[in-house]
Parts: sequence; C-alpha cells; structure tokens
Amino acid sequence: MLNNANAPDAGAPFFEQSPNGLKLGVMGDKDSIYGFASVGLNILPADNGAEGTKLLRAVADDYAVIFITEKLAAEMDAELTRYAERPTPALIPIPGVTGNTGLGMRNVSRSVEQAVGSDILKDT
Amino acid sequence: MAILNVNPTRMELTNLKRKLTTARRGHKLLKDKRDELMRRFMELVRENKALRQKVEAGVREANAHMAVARSTMRDADVQTALMLPMQEMSVSVGEKNVMSVRIPVFETSLKTADAADIYPYGFAFTSMDLDAAVQYISDILPDLMRLAEIEKSCQLMAAEIEKTRRRVNALEHVMIPQYEETIKYITMKLDENERSATTRIMKVKDMLLKEAIARRIEGDPM
Repeated sequence: MLNNANAPDAGAPFFEQSPNGLKLGVMGDKDSIYGFASVGLNILPADNGAEGTKLLRAVADDYAVIFITEKLAAEMDAELTRYAERPTPALIPIPGVTGNTGLGMRNVSRSVEQAVGSDILKDT
Repeated sequence: MAILNVNPTRMELTNLKRKLTTARRGHKLLKDKRDELMRRFMELVRENKALRQKVEAGVREANAHMAVARSTMRDADVQTALMLPMQEMSVSVGEKNVMSVRIPVFETSLKTADAADIYPYGFAFTSMDLDAAVQYISDILPDLMRLAEIEKSCQLMAAEIEKTRRRVNALEHVMIPQYEETIKYITMKLDENERSATTRIMKVKDMLLKEAIARRIEGDPM
C-alpha cells in the first residue's frame, strides 16, 4: 500500500482499487475535526505536518475525499501537490478552530492562475 | 528561426509537407480543446469560489459552537458523545470525462434513512452548543461533498489546460514555423539546382555548337 502511495504514475489504471467503498475523512488537530465524527466521517488526527504526511501516505488509497484543516495543509503543502494530478483522494482544505487562513481560497486562485496565466477572478 | 537539419531532396519535401499538414490539424484541434476546457473551467471555478465561501462560513460557525461545547463539557464526555455516529456515510466514486480530462464524481449515501436523525447521543449530559455544532456540520455536509468534487475537478482541469496550452504554443510558435522554413529552404534549393542544371546544359550546348562550327570551317574552307 505504501508503494502505491509513493508512486502515483500516470500509466496506472484510473482506480487502483474498486472505486466503491472508498472512505471519507477529516484530518487535522483534534479540536477541529471531532465534530465531523458525528456525521460519519473518519477522523484522522494529526497535529503537525510530519505526522500528517505519514498518515496521509498510509491511508491515501482508501479515501475518496480527505478534508484537511488549513493550518495542517499549510504545513504539508509539498505532500499535497503530489496528489494534485490523481483523481482520488481529493484533498480539500477547510478552516479549523484556529480560524480561516484563506489557504483554501488561495488554492482556488492558484488553479485559475495555472489555467489562465493570471488570476482573472480576483475580488469578484 | 532555425531550419531542420535535412537533405534538400524531393522525398524530404513531400515528408515535410505531410508533417506540416498534420501539425496544422493538430494545432487546430488542440486550440479547440483548450478553448472548450477553459470555458468549462471558468464555469466550474466560479461555482467553486461561491461554494467555498459558503462552506467556510458554515464550518467556521460549527467550529465556534464546538469550541463553546468543549469548554463547557468534559473532554471525555465530548468524545463519548461523538464516538458512535448515527449516520455512516459511504461514497462511491464515478468518473466523468470532460474533454478527455477524467474528473471524479462522488456519490454519497447515508446509512440511516432519516436525514434528520443526526444526534448520536442523548441530550441529557451534553451541552446545547454541541447540538448546534453537529447541526451545522450536518447541514454543510452536502455542500462539502460538492466542494470536494468541484475543487478536485478544477485542479485536474487546470493542469490539463496548462499542458494543452503548452502544446498549442509549441506547435504554433516552434513546430509549424520550423516546418514552413524548411519547406521553403528545400524548395529554393531544388529550384536553384534546376536553374544551375539548365545553365550547364545551355553552356554545354554552346560549346558543342562552337566546336562543330570550328570543325566545319577547318574541314571545308571556302
């Protein structure tokens, strides 16, 4: 499993496992994510970037979506870009208890910049 | 613009002309692909922004209530209350093909039939702020899933647009001019060869004629 997570190559089939039965998860510090347990999301507690990276590599193939608190996402930015080209898992930043850092919005702007060349949707 | 390193022969010329046609057609197709992808991307990314604002507001609200709940309840109680979720969510991932970009489609299903049945605990020992937090999270969940889908799609499409744009530019500004210049070079070279051959033949004919005249004068003096 670890090997799969380490080598996301383009030639591999779209889904390495059955597309169904993938899980949903929330990753971040405990305070921010416990609420999501009540609606049936899996809890992946990680307090810093190194922990998060390790955990993410171990579980990446089992999850369809992992919501990550912005604070944690900022600490493991390099790791997140590794999954950018893969259809799953979708790693989506959400605000944590410490507040909204605007990282999620910046990511959207980054996509626009990548596609268009400049952020043409700024302040709209 | 540098020309390709080829022999100026007719065969190369034919090959190059064929390549140029292919390059032009590829360029046109890729340009169309880029434009259509861009159109879809802009639609999607606008929705992405709006949805993200909504979701972030919802999560913030839930977090605020959660913080209050955690401060009024003991840590163990909060954990116990949330430990066994009423609803289990499972997701099945489909895929949609948008201009050869494969984007995921998430379909979520809840285990319990009653969507209103969201509290996994009795109300006796928990704070009302916990209820509010759970309510907010539950409300925002469909939007969260939609956001995940759209944001992932946007990322994948942005990467594909970038790649396509590079290809279009490479064809437009490098490959096609190169082929055109090389074709021009070969054509001129071939024309030049032809002219020099003609001149040579004329010259040879001239020399032969002079020789013949000289011989006739020698052999047949008036």
